Amino acid sequence: MDILIEILIYGSIRSITLALMALGFALVYGTSRVPNFAHGALYIINGFIVWSFLRLLGLNYFFSILLAIIVIGVIGALIYQIILIRVRGIAISEIIASYAIGLAILEGLRWGGFKGMTYTLPTFIQGSIFIVGVPVDLHRIVVLICGAALIGFLWLFTHYTRIGLALRGMAQDERAALMLGIDSDRMAVVAMVFGSMLAGLAAVLLLPLGNIVVESGYNVLILAIAVCIVGGLGSWMGAVLAAFLIGFAQILTEVYLGTHFKTVVALLAIIITLILRPSGLFGRQKELEERV
Amino acid sequence: MEIGHRRKERLDRGVKVRTEGLYALMSWRELGYLTMPRLVLIIGMLILPLVMPSMYWQRVISIVCIYALLSLSFDFLAHFVGLVSLGGAFFIGSGGYIAAILNTILGLPPMVSIPISTLLGAVICTLFLFPCLPLRGVYFAIITLMFPLLLGRVIEALDILGGTDGILGVGSFTNSWVEQYFIILMVLFYLFGMRRLVNLDIGLVFRAVMDNDQAVRASGINLTYYKTVAVFIASSMGCLAGGYLAHIYMWAGLSMFALDFSILPIAATVIGGSGTLVGPVLGAFILVPISELLRAFGTLRIVFYALILLAFIVFRSEGIMVYGQRKYQQFEKWVKV
Repeated sequence: MDILIEILIYGSIRSITLALMALGFALVYGTSRVPNFAHGALYIINGFIVWSFLRLLGLNYFFSILLAIIVIGVIGALIYQIILIRVRGIAISEIIASYAIGLAILEGLRWGGFKGMTYTLPTFIQGSIFIVGVPVDLHRIVVLICGAALIGFLWLFTHYTRIGLALRGMAQDERAALMLGIDSDRMAVVAMVFGSMLAGLAAVLLLPLGNIVVESGYNVLILAIAVCIVGGLGSWMGAVLAAFLIGFAQILTEVYLGTHFKTVVALLAIIITLILRPSGLFGRQKELEERV
Repeated sequence: MEIGHRRKERLDRGVKVRTEGLYALMSWRELGYLTMPRLVLIIGMLILPLVMPSMYWQRVISIVCIYALLSLSFDFLAHFVGLVSLGGAFFIGSGGYIAAILNTILGLPPMVSIPISTLLGAVICTLFLFPCLPLRGVYFAIITLMFPLLLGRVIEALDILGGTDGILGVGSFTNSWVEQYFIILMVLFYLFGMRRLVNLDIGLVFRAVMDNDQAVRASGINLTYYKTVAVFIASSMGCLAGGYLAHIYMWAGLSMFALDFSILPIAATVIGGSGTLVGPVLGAFILVPISELLRAFGTLRIVFYALILLAFIVFRSEGIMVYGQRKYQQFEKWVKV
């Protein structure tokens, strides 16, 4: 009984974590069809930006987070305006270019000496509580609540605001959106800014749970891709559902098989989904675009 | 003259007739003009090991050749069949582990284990990729990127095949000249073999698959068969390189599934000129030595080649070889508009 509750609680936390990691990627891909392989790098670099504001400039924690989110949004916009916009629509060049950006950022950080145990962010609230006999850090509860709130906010945003509706319109049919006066390049920048900010927010929420290490940038990218593919590339709510699927699968394998298999689950999920149903469990089937 | 009032006129040199690869030669000079670039490449590669100053740089040549084979396989799959495979590390890893097992358990010498690992590895890679063949574009790219990661993690998690330590004590080549000339000859063999292959009938079908797979299917040609053949050819190159790598490092381990083997060949292809087959080899000969020279800077060299890759893909996506071919084979002059 105890282990069941533990699986339930930690499974939900893991699922929300995965959803947080993936939302930015899903938003950018869904809107502009650019698979942003620099997503993991944006996540990590935001952690370091917050750390620098906090430790080097000595700013207040809340202000450093706010500033860092703005900075990461600007970085995202610059990446799109300077580089990605030139290769947009050439599927492979998009992947290679964005991956090269991510690689440059991550390995640059590693070269700059950002590695090891020394880089940590403080948790929002110290301490832990017991939920039906299972100990949970308060910070994880904060992650759970913030994550759920963010998903809800995103749903409202994409359904009831002009920009959100424009983003969705572009995701559904870019030409029709163009015809209705939605500037697709501008919307793509907006999507990229929001995507980077979401990556940054995820970093701010999740990094206090451990050290800021460069390697996790790659893991975040893999997990984000896994969630988005299982959920269906371009389907945002599908991504949230897929996050729960993969999150619980990961927790279950961790409990019954050992922690080594955590990433294996995510990778297998990607491969099996792509082979059986490339548009994902919740995506709309676009048969000829995906396979012959 | 200002821009807008003039344009560049390009004329093919006289030897070229109607289409690519068809020439009319009128003199020895024209023959020399045609064969010169090829001879420079072949002779240049053959004397490379002789002019290298030290053992270290001779080893670098071997590594360059490994990357050249991988780049060739990437270029062939991406620009002649339309399957963008980011799984260079998958081929290297399969070939390397098979060669290492054959050598350490069955005791086969390199000259036997490398050919076997080439064929066996290619079969295994093709079997793995077979269910993914119908996927197109981004989807195929992502799935091939995931395979080496998955195999690496599975080996780590299950602790099989030596686990994180890898397979130690793989036998090396007995003679360092054999070691180098073997891989150089293999690069030349595959390079000219592929150039011939893409101009045969089967190469024509490959290109048709890339341009319009629906039309190929409508012509009653079995798409899956041709894609399988192409993947087999490409993965045999990668597995050959992997088996060779296991023997020169005397070790097969998890770092054979590292992303380096997937990314650097792409960078080499983009820089060298995609769709030329010679370009990727040239790109490998430029990138790998630079990356060796920068070894002292640690991971900065990865930043460096990521930035080169970025610059080329955004601003000069044709690559060196396409540019060079144009300059060599065409007259250019400005004409008034």
